[in-house]
Amino acid sequence: MMKQLRFFTAFLLLSLLLLISACSSQAPQSSTSSAPAASSSAAPAPAPAPGPATKEAKEIVLATTTSTQDSGLLDYLLPIFEKESGIKVKVVAVGTGQAIKLGEDGNADVLLVHARKSEDEFVAKGFGINAYDVMYNQFYIVGPSDDPAGVKQAKTAKEAFERIAGKKAVFISRGDDSGTDKKEKGIWKEAGITPDKSWYLSSGQGMGETLQMTDEKGAYTLTDEATFLSRKLHLDIVMQGDKSLLNPYGIIQVKSSTKQEEGMKLIEFFTGAEGQKLIGQFGEKEYGKGLFVPDAKKR
Amino acid sequence: MMLTQDVWEVIWLSLQVTTSSVLIGMVIGIPLGACLGLYTFPGKRLIVALIYTCMGLPPVLVGVVVYLLLSRYGPLGSLDLLFSAEAMIIAQVALVTPILAGLTMSAVHGKERTYWETAKSLGASPYQLMITIVKEARGGIWSGVAAAFGRAISEVGAVMLVGGNIEHHTRVMTTAIILETRTGNFTAGLQLGLILLAISFLFNSFLIAGVLNQMKTGRR
Repeated sequence: MMKQLRFFTAFLLLSLLLLISACSSQAPQSSTSSAPAASSSAAPAPAPAPGPATKEAKEIVLATTTSTQDSGLLDYLLPIFEKESGIKVKVVAVGTGQAIKLGEDGNADVLLVHARKSEDEFVAKGFGINAYDVMYNQFYIVGPSDDPAGVKQAKTAKEAFERIAGKKAVFISRGDDSGTDKKEKGIWKEAGITPDKSWYLSSGQGMGETLQMTDEKGAYTLTDEATFLSRKLHLDIVMQGDKSLLNPYGIIQVKSSTKQEEGMKLIEFFTGAEGQKLIGQFGEKEYGKGLFVPDAKKR
Repeated sequence: MMLTQDVWEVIWLSLQVTTSSVLIGMVIGIPLGACLGLYTFPGKRLIVALIYTCMGLPPVLVGVVVYLLLSRYGPLGSLDLLFSAEAMIIAQVALVTPILAGLTMSAVHGKERTYWETAKSLGASPYQLMITIVKEARGGIWSGVAAAFGRAISEVGAVMLVGGNIEHHTRVMTTAIILETRTGNFTAGLQLGLILLAISFLFNSFLIAGVLNQMKTGRR
């Protein structure tokens, strides 16, 4: 019995130790690994570049938001770019928060995101260069077709949110720190309302899942145009056209990227005449109007 | 990340959902497994094969099926259960019951020969017979419970689909980790993951202590 107990405690202690060491070693490890990665890519990159770069650089990582992928824009644009340039683009579609973090850590070469404030911070902190406006679309406030909160009568997004809060109608937030989420939080702040958790649900998921949930719960939500139009649900647009609901997308090159030339080619494609024309046409056939409005310019 | 109230809430809900589904799974799975281990009847092979298949059910598949059943536009939509803790429990019961049934079955089957004759010769009723053999096979059944618990608490696909990861309502540890990762908050995700691991470790330590004890008495 004693022997067994001792063995058991030893095992327990060992596992605890492992846990602790895993826990504490994590922090320095990540900082040391990211530091040389950043410096090596910044300083000595040009020297070894000709050798491996020409071989590997045929592939770049584009970190973007779920909306550009879910709407099908990238599936439409990137094959054309890849064919023309011979550069393969690997798309990581995540929330804007994570996309920017991917850029900061040097895990992506180019960002295509839509949260102007975070984008400007990203550039100001020295993580990004060559920031361009690419396109914009709109946000909609969508809800059940019988519109219990009477949002359709509202004139601005702010007023729409006030009506929802006044009626305590269920509102579903993405709550995932994405561009859409930041926009929504901004409107609540502007309206001076702190949503109450009894009717304000934070889904912590992407736009598609959140729309699905909104539909199931007969609730309201703020959505980007592209994702909304590409899903056929039982939801109505209850608010659109307000200036505060514009959704501009930016494309930024990651400064620590070792694939500057290739990254720049992608940016030139998106902001160039051909890319802009393709962006404007995207979705016209299915939805009667383009999902994105091209408006490229250097910031 | 600090152990704020929100984090406790997430941990507490995880434990509630997991424990409920494992308990319900035990109530269904253990008698089912015991019957299958003890008795033979036509069609048993098919049922056994089905149970073994279901032990490896992909959680996302279970998630989609439960989602469609509970959806507002689905057959059980009127119950209004989608995106609730109950929905998560339903999905997890579907995942853990086959594991409990399957492992109970093999545990009981292993003990059956030794105890069947003795218990029967002592005049045990079929019910008493089953209780005796389940008792004798408890080591194997406990490992089934451990497996079920591990499966349920670490499961993410199904609970994300049917629970929806709603803050204060259906956010559990695994879905919170996904969210933290998606928002670029890797440290918080990792810390939550370690808490998850620690809970699994604690739970399994209790079980292992029990199983070890039984193995010792069995050896004598």
